[in-house]
Parts: sequence; structure tokens; C-alpha cells
Amino acid sequence: MNNDTFEPTIIGFTCNWCSYRASDLAGTARMKYAPNVRLIRLMCSGRLDPTFVLRALSSGADGVMITGCHPGECHYIEQNYKALRRFLLLRRVLKGMGIEPERVKLVWASAAEGAKFAAETTTFVEEIRKLGPLNWGKTDGGSQTVDREELSTVHRPSSEMEAIA
Amino acid sequence: MSEKKQERVGVYVCHCGTNIAGTVDVVDVAKWAQEKLGPQGVVIAREYKFMCSSLGQELIEKDIKELGLTRVVVAACSPHLHEKTFRTAAKNAGLNPYLVELASIREQVSWVHTDKAVATAKSKAVVSGAVSRVIENRALDEIKVPINPNTLVVGGGIAGIQSALEIANAGFHVYLVEREPSIGGHMAQFDKTFPTLDCSACILTPRMVEAGTHPNITLLTWSEVTNVAGYVGNFHVTIKKKARFVNEELCTGCGICQEKCPKKVIDDVYEAGLGYRKAVYTPFAQAVPNFPVMDKENCTYFIKGTCKACEKFCPTNAIDFTQQDQTLNVDVGNIVLATGYDLFDARRVSNYGYGRLPNVFTSIEFERLSNAAGPTNGNIVMRDGKTTPKSVGIIHCVGSRDKNFNNYCSVICCMQGLKFAHLVHERTGATVYNFYIDMRTAYKAYDEFYQRVLEEGTLFVRGKVAEVTDAARNEREKGKLIIQTEDTLAGKQRRIPVDMVILSSGLQPRHDAKDVGKLFGISCSMDGWFTEKHPKLDPVATMTEGIYIVGCAQGPKDIPSSVAQGAAASARVLDKILQKEIALEPIKASVNQEMCSGCRICNGLCPFNAIAFIEDDKVTEINPALCQGCGTCVAACPAGAISGTGFSNEQIIAQIDGLLLKNLELA
Amino acid sequence: MNKYLLYPGCSMDSSAKAYMESLNEILEPLDLHLEEIEDWNCCGATEYLGINLIPAYSLIARNLALATKQMDGTRTVVAPCSACYLNLAKADYYMQERPTLGAKVNEALAAGGLEYKAGTLDVRHLIDVLVYDVGLDTIRSKVVRPLSGLKVVPYMGCMLPRPDYQHRWSDHEHPTELDDLLRALGADVIDYPLTTECCGGHMTQIGPETAFELIRRLVADADERGAQMMVTVCPMCQMNIDAYQNEANHFFGTNYHMPILFFTQLMGLAFGKEPGDLGIGVELVSARNALANIGVEVPVTQEPAAPRKKDEGLPMPRRWTRHEGKKEAVK
Repeated sequence: MNNDTFEPTIIGFTCNWCSYRASDLAGTARMKYAPNVRLIRLMCSGRLDPTFVLRALSSGADGVMITGCHPGECHYIEQNYKALRRFLLLRRVLKGMGIEPERVKLVWASAAEGAKFAAETTTFVEEIRKLGPLNWGKTDGGSQTVDREELSTVHRPSSEMEAIA
Repeated sequence: MSEKKQERVGVYVCHCGTNIAGTVDVVDVAKWAQEKLGPQGVVIAREYKFMCSSLGQELIEKDIKELGLTRVVVAACSPHLHEKTFRTAAKNAGLNPYLVELASIREQVSWVHTDKAVATAKSKAVVSGAVSRVIENRALDEIKVPINPNTLVVGGGIAGIQSALEIANAGFHVYLVEREPSIGGHMAQFDKTFPTLDCSACILTPRMVEAGTHPNITLLTWSEVTNVAGYVGNFHVTIKKKARFVNEELCTGCGICQEKCPKKVIDDVYEAGLGYRKAVYTPFAQAVPNFPVMDKENCTYFIKGTCKACEKFCPTNAIDFTQQDQTLNVDVGNIVLATGYDLFDARRVSNYGYGRLPNVFTSIEFERLSNAAGPTNGNIVMRDGKTTPKSVGIIHCVGSRDKNFNNYCSVICCMQGLKFAHLVHERTGATVYNFYIDMRTAYKAYDEFYQRVLEEGTLFVRGKVAEVTDAARNEREKGKLIIQTEDTLAGKQRRIPVDMVILSSGLQPRHDAKDVGKLFGISCSMDGWFTEKHPKLDPVATMTEGIYIVGCAQGPKDIPSSVAQGAAASARVLDKILQKEIALEPIKASVNQEMCSGCRICNGLCPFNAIAFIEDDKVTEINPALCQGCGTCVAACPAGAISGTGFSNEQIIAQIDGLLLKNLELA
Repeated sequence: MNKYLLYPGCSMDSSAKAYMESLNEILEPLDLHLEEIEDWNCCGATEYLGINLIPAYSLIARNLALATKQMDGTRTVVAPCSACYLNLAKADYYMQERPTLGAKVNEALAAGGLEYKAGTLDVRHLIDVLVYDVGLDTIRSKVVRPLSGLKVVPYMGCMLPRPDYQHRWSDHEHPTELDDLLRALGADVIDYPLTTECCGGHMTQIGPETAFELIRRLVADADERGAQMMVTVCPMCQMNIDAYQNEANHFFGTNYHMPILFFTQLMGLAFGKEPGDLGIGVELVSARNALANIGVEVPVTQEPAAPRKKDEGLPMPRRWTRHEGKKEAVK
């Protein structure tokens, strides 16, 4: 698949108090950003169970963006630090599984940083576009080793596109 | 799926006028939901112009009753705006409000994307995610907690005083905390107030006295809030009451200690550095409370170990050098923050020479100069303390509307500059120049004041001043301050020599606003002002329930607006108090003790101490009263024994699958 | 030892020879080692960027590319000339800021087998390194002949503090680095509000009347404040104030005598170096009297070339005669 025309699908986890509000602010201010991210609202980035990320990647997402309050600004005092720890560990796990750790990104965005949220989203979409599709769970079982060559030729199942259309 | 009871889901797609429908094909989204999400349980999908209108809500209520809906998805704006509206609608129709889910296709789709096809496709995914999730939602009951009728007001400027008085007059108790020795705030420093030229002290002092003597107000000056715990209705606040070294029970406020104190100190706060005070002092004559405080840093006794002149002369033995800082704990239901502003530090605009050129003054310095109770008894003189200026330049927008400093307009500086022009003209007869970018005199009787100052003969030059310098280029400029400016109306450069320059400095957030925000759990805007819940429709509430912001803490504003906000917040507080109890979101974690292995991984994760380990049973327990619902322990439990209501694993995983349209492939 | 790469620039070899000489004198006491960039070329001064951007930036970037070859443990390039500093810093900044520009410049450099990755080097002015790296305390500790009693105005010039790509200076409009340094030498520093005003730059060549007025303002204000000399960090400023002061005097009918020296010359004096080794005495507006105030005797160097005698004017063209014109026509 040509990476220029490849439109990645990304799941974004947001914190109810900061980053979701940042995305609200980006909306209120009519800032434009890449449409590839679909958001899930959690009460806190600390709620993010790493299995959610794996679930998203194995269900067809090409990347996952985790967003939370800036260090020291957590609504629940310090839970975003726990998210940071899990994030770092998760990237190591992904690497071990043969998945580019860059497919998961952690972004701090306060409720006032609508512009940052929009910019980071667009940047991340471009980063994932460069990595190409993940197609985890769409190969016919067997090895999960990600083969760049193979991936670049495999197209997404057309059923999904039809479903959207 | 087959074992589960099939839920009956209704999907409602809002046009929001053209806000959504302009970018998203809402009809297509509804049609798609009805056709493709049928197997999920969608029995009806409709679109409507304004779902939040009463007609829109009735539509949902009717469907719940007639079609027997068990779940509702509204695809509209952000849940922060209308989640409550639609939950209430469901409740009215007999459906548990927590079985409603909002899919945001406005803030997260139509407003941020331009391509209609792409936006429509994304909206479908978002709706699919919400449908999958709502099926996993469980009926929840709101948690009701009683509201403590006491209120904390932080900051004793005019906004805080107003707020405290309104609540106290309604019969409820207020703790009014002020960092300085006296309440009164910036307004107590001013001479006259625009546009009516009322004497500031004359209108403020009665309010201060009322607040100081009100039976329902506990006044805590020279005090600071150090910790805030709890939530709306039940805040636990820790206040540090700094040692005054004056026994408030014994002190009569006679002022003999101040008279006898041998140590003179420049008063940087109240006199803005232009005047002096003693080491033991009340900042001004009408201070409330009228007890002095001892400035430990400057007191001779604290520095050298001898003196105690104040103690010797005090007729009531009120001086107490052994006093210690006290810590007070108070419980309140609501908190009003009226922490005010800092003046922009004009030294930062080095080309205006403040701090380098003696006869450049800031606005607050001029307030003190023109104040009859100030260091010059109201004589407007130059830095030498005696010469009356023959010409005065007033520069507007210092530190405001300038991308090098603050982008925002400080609101009050135009009127402040006009007020100064009037006072200089009236008291000295000097020629007055005003240098402005735009003249902003909105609000009642303000522009009339501008006209009045124009008629008095004040000269106005429209243009941003480039520089104030004492580098003369010719005889006419020798010994003067030269204001170099562009005159944009005449289209030329001007050099205007004057004797005195007044910088109409802008307002800035308090230097510690970020820390204070963190303390109370509210956020600051990019500029550093506290962020209100809604810029138009909810300007005094914050995103944290039970915490309100008034006056300049929320943004630059004049006295009338500060007073109005103080009163507005009080109405909100009284509304809460009179409800007696408040419903909290039932988002809590709980442990399934059958599944808990007692590994204690979760034990160290909770900053609210809600997680306790029961030694006898070797299992963990969560105290729902302390749990704030962040969900960190839910994510951490390796046995999956902890579940979080409202954000359960099942809900989130279903939403992930739904957003990725995985359910469609299965179907 | 503190090692830096040195981009001297053209003027250090010609009009500002005194700057270079005095700089060399103070290196050793301050334990500074400056390694000259080999085969450097002109930075294009103030004009070239106004004419054609790509060649101008390529010209500047060639120096940066050459410097990267000599990095060896340091990434700081020091430029004593304000124009050189500004140009080098500007090229580095805009090559990062505008990737297309960076690519085009590198295309040009590639023709000479060179490449410069923007951001590799740290471009700094000499006084920045002296005040912030060496430090005022170290400088103060090396002073053996304090300049107390010498009334000076610090003149930073306009190219140094603005636009300040790297946020190096205490203030854009009224920077005080030079004030602080001169104070550390013991001099009586007079606050000079014109410290960042323009000296006229190359207007002395294309619009002398404009330049004269700018020079007059600077000199008159320094004089008004009781300064015995001006002190600068910029070869262009030094040359304009020094070389054109008499012409400006002539133009306005004034009689100012305001010497201007480089700050390195005063540092050398304070460190106990001999005036002759610091290039003092070659300035056109002599600093001899000013320095005599603090007991420094300036040796007599070679007299400047005697001005041409007044009556010995250039020959006039021959008178045109009608006859001559006719001759042309006939031919």
C-alpha cells in the first residue's frame, strides 16, 4: 500500500479533566486536525489498562495515542505518573512482540492546550502514516512477526471500507 | 452475546443547526446506524435539528416509552455540555440516566474536520463506539452527600468582600482568608474610581468594616490556605495563620507601637515603594482588622535580639514575641477564589525606562501620589518630592496587547489613564498627553468620561510609544523625558518632551496563580488566569464543582464587574447550600473479594487513601466515600478483581471494538 | 582551557586591527583558546542579504560548514564582530526554521564538497562568551589596574541584541552585559540610553548626511553625560564614530572630541597590558587625554599621513571650447 494514500486508524485515550477538554477546546476554537483519531474518554490516564492498547492494536488500530495531564497537574494528584510508568513498560512489551513501539505515543495536554492537542494529533497521524498499516489480527494466524514487505502489499479487508461507506 | 438479553438501543443524531450538519451528513449517519447497527440492538435511529431543545428531548422520551428503549445514544456535542440534559430526559421517561451515552460528533468531528465524507465516516465510527459501549453500561444510582453550609472565601479585595457579605447576609457562615494584614485589596490603594470619581476609600471602607464585624464572617487576615482536600459540599481546608506577634484579644488598635517602633521600612505593598512604614504596622489607617502585624524580617528585636520598644509602650500588653504560626482546619461546602491580580512589572519594558529614569512612574505609584492619604498627601510631584510637573505623558497598554509581554487587553488601563489625565489636569494644570493604541471605553458612562477629559484639553496621540528617553537631541528637549512615538493619525513620528511619564501598566495573573490553581484543583488559561466553566454562560463556576472564581483572578476587570461577579458566585453558593445535599457521579471502584488474591499491588496506588487491606481476610477493600473514581487501581489489578463503575473494562473494550467497527465484521 | 572556534571576519584584519590585537592580549590571562576557522570567507556584511538570499546564506554557511570540520570537543563559534555574529546566527537559525532554505544552501555547499546541518554549532559573540562563560568574577580577579575614574558610556550597537534568536541577552532594548563588564574592570559606567541605537552603518557611504546625524546624536549624548570615552563591541560602530566624527563635527559646526575604544582594549589595560600592544594610539579621535586621567600614558605611534595641503588641489579639467566641439563634429 502506498504510504501517501494510507489513512491510519488511531485510537486516542483521553483524560476527562485535561486532554478531553483540550480536544473540546480545539473544537470550540475550530482548529483543524487530522481526522484519523477516534477518542475514548477515561476519568484519568491512570485508568488506562495496557490491555486496552493491545486490544485496540489487535482489533485494527494502527496506532494508539495516550493523553493525560502534565506531570504534577493530575486531577487525582499523581495518577498520570502511573500512566507514564505503564506506557514505558508497554513500549518494551510491544518491541518484544515485534511491533514498533512508536505506534504508541504519550502526550501531555492540559485543558488549555487545544492547539497542542490538535498539533500532536496531526503529527502522530503522520508518524503512523510513515510506519504504514499494522494489520495485526488481520493476517491468517501463524507468526505475528511484522514483515514490512508483506505489509506494504496487504490491503485492508474491503469489508471495513464497505461498512463505513 | 447470545446469552445476554438483547438491549433495545435508540440512536439520535443532532444537526446542531449547521454546526454538525454543515460538515457531517447526519441523515446518512442515522440511516447507517439503523441499517448496520441493527444486529447490535439499534431499534431506532433518528436525526433532528436540535436534540437539546425540549422537542428533541421529548422525541427521546417518547421513544423510550413507546419503543421500550433500554439504552440511548445521542450523537451531538461534547458530554461536558449536554450529558446532563439527556440523562435528565432519560430519567423523566423512566430510564436510568446512566444508560445514556453521548457520542461527540461536534467538538471532536464537525468542528475540527473539513472533508464531509471523512467527517461522516468518522461520525459513524464514533456512533458505533458509543452503541457498543452503552450496551455494557449498567444502571447506577447517584450518590447523595450533604452540603456543609459554611463557605470559604479566599482573598479580601472588593470581589471577595462582596461575595462574603452576600453569603453572610443570607445567614450562612463565611471564612474570609486574606494574605495581607488587612482586607481591602488593590481598591484600598486607589484615590478615585472611574468614571464617577468617587473617593475609593469612602465607598470601600464601610464594606470592609461590615465584613470585619459581621457575626457570620470569620475574618482570617495574615493567613494563607495551605491545603484543600475533599470535594463539593465537603471540603477540608487547612489554613496557616501567620504569627502577628500581636495578641488580637488584647490589642485595641491604638497605634502606639507603630509610633514608637524605631525601624522604618520602605512599604513595597501598600505604598508601592513610594512610602515608608514601621516594622510593626497596619498597612493603612482604615485597615480591617485594625491590629498591627510585626514584620519579622525587619524587626530589630528579631534581627539583633534587643529593642522591644513596642512591647514597652503597649498600654494593654498585647505585644507577644513568642507567638507561633497557627494551623487551622475548617470544613466548608463551597469555596470562592477572589485572589486578584499582580500589576505588570513595568521594568520589563526597558525602552520605557521605568526603574532607570526617575520621573517615570507606574499607575499604582501614581495612585499613591494622588491619594490624599499617600506619601505626598495627594500632591502630584516628581521623584524629587517637591517639583510639580508642567507636562505629563500617560502611556497606555504597557505590558498589554503586546506579543512580547501579554497578548490580552487589560481592560482597565484606558479608563485608568483617562482618570490620571483628569487628576493631573485638575490638580496641577499641567499639559497632559495620552498615548494610546485604541481607546477602549466600553460600559456605562465610560465614554462620556472620555469626552469630558477631551474637553478638558488633554491631548491624545494615537500610536504605540517606541521609547522614553532622556537623551536630548536639542535645547528644547534638554532636561526632559522625551517620548518618541508614532502618531498614526497624523502619519508621522513625534518626539514630545515632558517632565513626568505615567505608565498605565496592565494586569497580570498572580505570580503564584498556577500553584493556587493546583491547590484548589482548577486550571489556568494560557495567560495564567483561572479558567471558568463556560466563558459566556458560566463565568464564575469552574470545572471543579464547588469552586468559584470571581474578580480579577478570572481575568482583568474593573470594580463594577468584580463586585457583580462576587455577588454572582454567592448566588451560586447559596443555591448549593439551600439544596442541602448534592448528587455525586457514581464513578467508584470496588473490589470483588472473591477474586482478590491479596497481592496488594493496588494498595500503594491510591493518593486518597481509599484502599485498605483487611489483614484478617487477606483481601483489599475500597472505601467508596474516599474513592474519587480515577480508576488507576482498576487498571492495575492483575486478577481483574477491581471494577470501576461508569468506566468498566467491559465498557471500554466494547467502545474500542465499536470505534474500530470490529463488531460489524462479526455481525 | 576553554577552547572555542574563532570566526574573525574581515574587519579584524583591517579597520579593527586594534580589536584583534587587544583580543590576543587578553586570551592568556583568561585561559581562553581561540582556534581560527581555516579558509573562512567574508560573511557578506550588512548588504548582501538584502540583495539575494540564497547566495548570501550560502556564503555565510560555508564558514559554518568549515567550522564543523574543526569541532573537536567544542561546538561554539565565536565572532568578535557584531555583523559577523548576526549573520552567522541568522543563517543557522533560518536554515533550521525554513528547511527548504536549508536544503538549497546545502545544495550550493555540496558543489564545494561541504555540508552544514543547521543547529550543529552554537554561534556566539565574544562579549557573550566573556560575560557568561568566563564570568565577571574571573574577569574581576584578573584586574591589576582598575579603571576607576575613567568615565565611559557602554555602546552595544544595534546588531548585537536584536533579533536575539537564541535569547542570549539580558534585554533587547537596553542590554547591560557591557555595563557589567566595564564595571567589573573598575570603570565609572554612565547609563547610556542610546546603547542600542544605530551608528549609521554603511549610510556613511550612501547617505552621509543621515549617518552624520546618527553619529552626532550618539556623540553628543555621551558628551552631555560627561563621558570621557565610548566603549564598543562592534568594529562598524567603532569605525563610524571614530573615522567620521570629525566630518560630522564639520557638517554640524560642532567640536566634539569623543574617543571610542573596543572593550577588549580596556580589558587589556585593566589586566596590566601595555597600551601599545593593545592597539591604543591608532584611533583617529585620540584617547590619549581620556586615558591620561587614569594615569595611562599612550606612546606616540607613527603620525597619521599628513593631510594634503589645502592649496595643492587636484588639477581641473581643461576648459571646453567651442572650437573643440566643432572639431569633434567635423570628424
